[in-house]
Amino acid sequence: MIARREFFLFRKQRENTAFNHIFLSILVVFSLGPVVLLAVNSFKSNTEMGLNPLGLPQEWRFENFGRAWEQGEFERTFKNSVIYVIGTVSLALILCGLAAYSLARKNPPGANFVMLYLLVASTVPVWLYLVPLFFLWRQLEFLNTYHGLILIYTAFNAPFSIFLLRSFLIGLPVELEDAARVDGANELQVLLKVIVPLAWPGFLTVGLVVGIGVWSEFQVAVIFTHNPEMFPVTTSYFKFTDRFGRDWSLTNAGAFMMVAPVLILFLALQRRFVEGLTQGGVKF
Amino acid sequence: MQRDSATFKGSQQAEAPSAPRLGQKWTRYRIMRYYVVPWIFLIPILSLHAFVVVIPALQGVVYSFTDWSGIGEAKFIGLRNFEEMFFEDQSYIDALSRNVQWMIFRVTVPFAFALFGASLLAKVKRGAMIYRTALFMPFILPSIVTATIWRYLYNPRYGLPTLVGYDKALLGQSDTALWAIAFADNWQFWGFLMVLFLTAMQGIDPVLYDAAKVDGANRWQEFWHVTLPGIRPVVLFMMMMVMIWAFLVFDYVFILTGGGPAGATEVISIDIYKNAFQRFEAGYAAAQGMTICLFAGFVVSGFALLRKRGWDI
Repeated sequence: MIARREFFLFRKQRENTAFNHIFLSILVVFSLGPVVLLAVNSFKSNTEMGLNPLGLPQEWRFENFGRAWEQGEFERTFKNSVIYVIGTVSLALILCGLAAYSLARKNPPGANFVMLYLLVASTVPVWLYLVPLFFLWRQLEFLNTYHGLILIYTAFNAPFSIFLLRSFLIGLPVELEDAARVDGANELQVLLKVIVPLAWPGFLTVGLVVGIGVWSEFQVAVIFTHNPEMFPVTTSYFKFTDRFGRDWSLTNAGAFMMVAPVLILFLALQRRFVEGLTQGGVKF
Repeated sequence: MQRDSATFKGSQQAEAPSAPRLGQKWTRYRIMRYYVVPWIFLIPILSLHAFVVVIPALQGVVYSFTDWSGIGEAKFIGLRNFEEMFFEDQSYIDALSRNVQWMIFRVTVPFAFALFGASLLAKVKRGAMIYRTALFMPFILPSIVTATIWRYLYNPRYGLPTLVGYDKALLGQSDTALWAIAFADNWQFWGFLMVLFLTAMQGIDPVLYDAAKVDGANRWQEFWHVTLPGIRPVVLFMMMMVMIWAFLVFDYVFILTGGGPAGATEVISIDIYKNAFQRFEAGYAAAQGMTICLFAGFVVSGFALLRKRGWDI
């Protein structure tokens, strides 16, 4: 009797999730379909795109990528973007790491005020300060420079990075730090030799989120860089689609090259991404 | 964000482990270790943040009361900018109404997608991780790439509309352009909301679902009476954030239409961009930026009022 009942329950549950799987699959097609289409279309020729806009290519044309790389000047813009990403990530990890350590462990007078300040500052609408910031940057001759953008990106990412690193550091045991101090380590040594090796997953999460954010960033880049020599991939690609907007095989190939590194990183480390992006709450 | 504010509250209760206690000598070493060194660690990022965000924000407030081209002296004109904006500048009022339309779209369509997806996914065991990854993935794409994908999908020659025999450019007509952009934005955004809702749903007590089952609730009743009340704080908090973000929208509009056709998709941010960097009306642009702050303030105080009335946010 019991066995029969359980069998019945089991069957009922399976029916239930079948419904769920069907609709989830439809949603997956909706979410991934356009991305797959982008990848597939980047191998087609323009004539084939017209005849066969949604199917697999009859002829896989790898030379699209070479052409897009040349025409879109991806060599220079990839280099620029890598500089922006590495500069921002290292500056943010160092400065926000120091601040997070201080807030998590030292609890100096005014620590709560600092936290409140960061919380409020991270919700101030960006358009309140973007225009004056532009004219300030022009006065300082920071427009069209690497450090100009890196400083802005670091500051914009600071509240999120400090919050996430701080909550990560609070979770670490204090005893190891105390042991190091007993052995005569100073504050910086404690931070570098004890905290960083223990907290690297937190630093990796923050670094990934900040790095992807900078790689994808458009709004600040389009306002603060006008010299094509300094364009990151995003704004350079925007200008590129302006010129070659009707050449779909070229623009698709370019877009695919731009997202390929992001997609590979995401698939390899997706737990960290999801955790970092959803805990931060805000993608700027 | 919520988690952060929770830990933030926790820190206020936590005792400072290392502050000097009464009766201990205030040696130089102590002052260094407990007061000076921690602030040395804090000052670099705080001063950078103040330099990039706070000082320009204060300047923005000041400039909003001036007539200023961006170069040279700013002339103080009191509330003239705001007067012009609300009573004379029809393009600002139109832009504002588009932001409101965008906001209405953003608190309905992505929320419906996310609630539907999350409530389906919460019940699934096998393959749950794969679904989550796949549905979240569009969120990490750069806006310029999402825009390119949808520009292709919307193209009138061989894009999606042609499948149903519709051969007009969705992005090229003033009555469809804004909604077409909003839908592309939704495609990218809803997976993020879904993961947030899913995390919240996993915190609901399973006993409640058993009880609902015993009472003979169907799927919809279960969702409406158990799931939705269970995740209401997250839903309302995200609604507040999304409403604030709706006044900041820039990337997709700028990339896909640049405000066109014929100004039909010009939202506030695009108007500010043009005023500040193309029409040399930086003072006026700063005033428009101030109004965004004002609307964000309205949204926050609206939710604060609801909270005061006893809503759990």
